Amino acid sequence: MEKITIGAVITTPGSSLNYKTGSWRTMKPVLTPENCIFCNMCWQFCPDSAIEPADPREKKPIRIDYDYCKGCGICVQECLANKNPNLKDALEMVPEEK
Amino acid sequence: MGVKQVVKGNFATAVAAKLARVDVVPAYPITPSTLFPEQISQYIANGEMDAELLLTESEHSAMSAAIGASAAGARVATATASQGLKLMSEMLFIASGMRLPIVAAIGNRALSAPINIWCDHSDTMAERDSGWMQFYAENNQAALDLMLMAFKIAEDHRVLLPAMVGLDAFVLTHTMEGVDVPLQEEVDEFLPQYKPLYTLDVKNPMTFGSFGTPAHYMEFKYQQWEAMNNARKVIDEVFKEFEEKFGRKYEQVSEYRTDDADIIFITMGSVSGTARAAVDRLREKGIKVGAAKIVVFRPFPHERIREIAKKAKVLAILDRAVSFGMSGPVFADISGSLINEEKRPMLLDFIIGLGGRDITFRDFDEMTEISMKTLEAGKVEEPVHWINLRKELLEGGA
Repeated sequence: MEKITIGAVITTPGSSLNYKTGSWRTMKPVLTPENCIFCNMCWQFCPDSAIEPADPREKKPIRIDYDYCKGCGICVQECLANKNPNLKDALEMVPEEK
Repeated sequence: MGVKQVVKGNFATAVAAKLARVDVVPAYPITPSTLFPEQISQYIANGEMDAELLLTESEHSAMSAAIGASAAGARVATATASQGLKLMSEMLFIASGMRLPIVAAIGNRALSAPINIWCDHSDTMAERDSGWMQFYAENNQAALDLMLMAFKIAEDHRVLLPAMVGLDAFVLTHTMEGVDVPLQEEVDEFLPQYKPLYTLDVKNPMTFGSFGTPAHYMEFKYQQWEAMNNARKVIDEVFKEFEEKFGRKYEQVSEYRTDDADIIFITMGSVSGTARAAVDRLREKGIKVGAAKIVVFRPFPHERIREIAKKAKVLAILDRAVSFGMSGPVFADISGSLINEEKRPMLLDFIIGLGGRDITFRDFDEMTEISMKTLEAGKVEEPVHWINLRKELLEGGA
């Protein structure tokens, strides 16, 4: 068992990576990769840095890191493809299933 | 030997900070502690002190800056009082929880409302559960000495807790007294450089002020509890070392003519001198009284209080603060300290000297009279008494 430190100091940097906050999720954003327009609005707005940005030159869509995505749905709200009536939706919220 | 100087209490604490080679002083000036940052500012401007004076926009920020600087490994001092300490309150608990040995000089002042700038102990008493050690000075010499010792005690790795040194508003902060100011080389020998356990350092990053879930929080609090208990021993060691080096003796509680006393006054701060003079005066009249002065209020000196309680039939406790709906805080703590004793004296609580009201021999006569009546009756009818209360000002009063 790891002992606690004086004053709750965490001596190993980056240890929050060990805490997978994705388990908090009840809904999750799901990407339809072919509909992603590489605008990266979701990456900019994600409060948990749980989105790996798209690369427009490589035509590589965004990727969602479900280890840390808490399912807030902000990416779905901000998605420019979703907002544009002439484009197909790229992100949608679906319930988590056991 | 040091240099004799006639100085105000605020100078005494400021010169102690200079002698302690404090690195950072974050402060927001407030009456009656304003002279502290003023004096520090002068030292820095004169090139006598190599420190950073951070004049923040509030006391909350001052304590926040103190926490940051201390976490970065600096020796940190600040000063405040009354409403300023209240505005710091949130951060006080963070300083102690993060185990940062910050030292603060508090010019003990009454709390609003109504607004009042004079002495009582309401400000620090309301922070007695903040996890800070609390020392109370009787005079300017004690303010200087306790401030110096506070750094050594706070920074000891068995302790690592912040400390506040209370000095009574105006009675000490603004009153000139002869003080022996130690020489720098003497202080350097007594107080080595602060060696932090962990420091904020970009080369070796760590997380300070982290999250404590229900699975860990209690253990961190228990560590603070243990640190406070350890502090009792460290305080005794440091007091002894200070006495050997500087020739001035300090005790967690000091006694005066208590050996055959029926009634013992318990005091804190500047009124302790008045208490000893009152004891001499009452002794001349053949009344067996003594006095005991609490210097260290946190950690609470249980053992010493129990020893003193064994000597007396009545403990007459002076409280310069009040916990409304309960009693004075010193009375409450002493009561708690004695509750499991087989034999204990009768305890009386005297709420006195709030908002700077002078405490005089007449008040000691009044307290003695109540104590003697209790002694004769052999039981306490009413434990809490307000002394020198101007009943004529109250509705329905005489």
